[in-house]
Amino acid sequence: MSTPFFAAVLNIARKDIQTELRSRELIATMGLFALMSILIFSFALELDRQARVEAVSGVLYVTVIFASILGLNRSMTSEREGGGMDALLISPIPRSAILCGKLIGGALFVLFVSIALLPVMTILYNADILQPWVVITLLMGTFGFSVVGTILATITVQTRAREALLPLVMLPVALPVLLCAVRATTGILRGTPQEDWFVWVQLLMVIDVVYFGLSLVLYEYVVEE
Amino acid sequence: MTETSPLDGALIQTRALNKAYDLRLVLRQLDIDIMRGECVALLGANGSGKSTLLRLLSGMSKPTSGSLMVGGWDMPREAAAVRAQIGMVSHKPLLYDNLSARENLRFFARLYNVDKTVREPRISDLLAKVGLAKRADDRVRAYSRGMQQRLSIARALVHDPAVILFDEPYTGLDQEGAATLDSLIAQARDDGHTIILTTHELERVPRIAARALILSRGRIGYDAPLAGTSSMELVTIFTEITGMTRERER
Repeated sequence: MSTPFFAAVLNIARKDIQTELRSRELIATMGLFALMSILIFSFALELDRQARVEAVSGVLYVTVIFASILGLNRSMTSEREGGGMDALLISPIPRSAILCGKLIGGALFVLFVSIALLPVMTILYNADILQPWVVITLLMGTFGFSVVGTILATITVQTRAREALLPLVMLPVALPVLLCAVRATTGILRGTPQEDWFVWVQLLMVIDVVYFGLSLVLYEYVVEE
Repeated sequence: MTETSPLDGALIQTRALNKAYDLRLVLRQLDIDIMRGECVALLGANGSGKSTLLRLLSGMSKPTSGSLMVGGWDMPREAAAVRAQIGMVSHKPLLYDNLSARENLRFFARLYNVDKTVREPRISDLLAKVGLAKRADDRVRAYSRGMQQRLSIARALVHDPAVILFDEPYTGLDQEGAATLDSLIAQARDDGHTIILTTHELERVPRIAARALILSRGRIGYDAPLAGTSSMELVTIFTEITGMTRERER
């Protein structure tokens, strides 16, 4: 009777991507914000080359996390205002399929903006950021932020102070993801041996899996009134 | 229409149904039987529990206690099976602005697992039925409120549900839009769908519904067929029932 899980997930993700390709609202907002942020950081932090390499991963992830907050907030708000969330909730699909569908869409947009930042940051910060492990870590970090952001945005979007509330609740929860991603990326950029920074990548993977598992279990309770 | 199992003749049955938000009891001990193909107007003052009852029926929230069965399926134990039998038209269109009418219906048809072979012909039929065939590929954001509400009905019908819930569907519609909506609701009723309609526009009710169920402070204050009842009489009954409530509150 119920719609198959993966069919529902893909249907929701495809709808989000199709909607975004039409409006380009989220990517434009997140992209502009991210660009402005790294420019401001670049001018504000007048550092020498070594100090820039030290700071660049922090700048990258702080920018990505705020851009994702902006995007997820907007995405959930428009879903709620048009009644899209209600339409999803009355359909015969598992609640976790809604989470996964929204997560795929959200994570793809954040990832798109994050990857686009890398060449810009390479020029502005004069650091060799375009490295495979940096991209892999960024991918895992983005996934972690998106998992946390999707479930928390579903909660905060029901409140009046949603714009202010999401960063307040998301930043502490996303801190372990941020910490691991920044440490790993700094290690990679410094050129230290892999065994020094790889533990942070492994830890990041574990945190992502734990957060994703918890979100799947908790989402049903989150979307109940 | 969706295949369902018999339930003593009633398609929807509630027994001692209670719903509380925190400590506030919104629905109290509701025993309701709604037969297959029946068209019921669910009336009541603001805060009487109408929307809460519709939220329970649509599977958006769970009962605090008591039982709720739709087509023999228990809510919330078999929530997905219950939801598959329900279509909902609310005052919000529940549509995506940046998708066209056809894309919206396609999305919802997939969401309800409508068979691939019947999906496209059914979407085209529904668009023609609600008079939107010519604008099917326009984005919904370019639609008027009336057109959005018509598309909303097509959305609710896309999986051919046994039950259609109308929650204040006339909100924001002009006279012409409301009249078109009347005829679409009547058409759905004549096609054999079970309909539950909440509205404050009492003058429309006797033309559409066969039974009125008035909720008063979460309880059934009135439940009777509407055959031979004029709109004026219904307004009088409604005022009496809701007036009695206010009297008791004092």
